[in-house]
Amino acid sequence: MSLDLRTALIILAAGIATYLTRIGGFWLLSNVKNLPPRLETALNAVPAAVLTTLVAPAFFDGGIELKIAMIVALLVGLRHNGIPLILAGWGAAMVLRHFVMT
Amino acid sequence: MRTLPFWHGIRAGLIVAMSTTPFGLLFGAIAVDGGVSPLEATLMSGIIFGGASQLVGVQMFGSHVPAWLIVLSVFAVNFRHILYSAAMTPLVKDFGRLQKAAAFFFLTDPQFAEAAKRVDRVGKLETAWYFGAAFIIYVVWVGSSALGAVFGQLIGNPKAWAFDALLPIYFLGLVMGFRKRPLFGAVVPVSAVASIIGMHTVGSPWHVSIGAAAGIIAALILHKPQSSNPDEGAKP
Repeated sequence: MSLDLRTALIILAAGIATYLTRIGGFWLLSNVKNLPPRLETALNAVPAAVLTTLVAPAFFDGGIELKIAMIVALLVGLRHNGIPLILAGWGAAMVLRHFVMT
Repeated sequence: MRTLPFWHGIRAGLIVAMSTTPFGLLFGAIAVDGGVSPLEATLMSGIIFGGASQLVGVQMFGSHVPAWLIVLSVFAVNFRHILYSAAMTPLVKDFGRLQKAAAFFFLTDPQFAEAAKRVDRVGKLETAWYFGAAFIIYVVWVGSSALGAVFGQLIGNPKAWAFDALLPIYFLGLVMGFRKRPLFGAVVPVSAVASIIGMHTVGSPWHVSIGAAAGIIAALILHKPQSSNPDEGAKP
C-alpha cells in the first residue's frame, strides 16, 4: 500500500473541483426565490438533455454489435426498465462479440 | 412510516449499485494496471466519486502531465454536474444547510436520475430517501473499486466481457426513465445530434456541454407560456 504525496494532493484537488461542479448550479440558483416558468422548463429538460449526450455518441461511433445491443436494450427497456434493460443489452453485446463477430 | 422513505432509498441505491459494481471493479483494475496503487485508486473513488473522470485521471497519472492539467481535465469531465445541481435546487429546499452540503457531494449521474424520478413518482424528495440511496451507491462504488484494484488481474480481458458496452447501455436506461416528461421527444434527438456533432468537431468532453445546451435550448423554444402568466402575452 503506497501513497505518493503528489498523487494524493492531485486526488484531493480533483475531488474539490468535482465538488464545485456538484454544488455550483445550486449556488447560482439558490438566491432565486420563485423560479420563472422558463427556467423551470429548462431545468426540467436537464436529465434527458445531459444523459442523452452520454449515450448518443457511443451509439454513433460504436461497432455494429454495440448498436444492436443498444437497440435490444431500448426495446426491452420500453417494457422493463432498470436491471432487465442492462442485462439484455449487456448480454447481447457479449454474445455478439463472442459468437457472431469472431 | 417515518423509516419508509429511507428503505425505499436503500432499495433504489441497491439497484443502482448492481449496475455500477462492474464499473467499480473495472476502474480499480485499470488504475492498478496504469501504475496507481490500490490505496490511491480507492482514495480516488472515495474523494472524487465520479467514474468517468476517475478513468481520465488515471490515464493522465501514467504520462508526464502537469498536475493542474489533470485537475482541469477532471473538472471538465464533471462539468455536467453543474446542471444537475441547478435542477436539484428546488428539490432540496427543505434540506438543512449541512444536509445540502452533504447531498451535493453525492450528486452522481445515477443519484441525480433516481432523485428526479423519485420526485416524478412521489411529488417530493425526502432527505431519508436521498441519503439512503447515496449511502449504498457510495459504499458499493468505493468497495468495488478497492476489490478491482486488489484482484484486478482476475478480470482478464475487459473487451471480452463487453464492459465498454455497459456504460452507454446503463445511461440509455437512465434516459428512458424520463420519457414521460414533457418535451422528452424533442430534447433527446436534439441533444443526441448536437453531442455527436460536438464529439466530432470540438471533441470530448465538451460534446456533453454542447449536447446538453442544445437540448435545453430546444426545450426553451418549445416552452409554452401558461395562460395565467400575464407577461407572456396571454389572454387577460
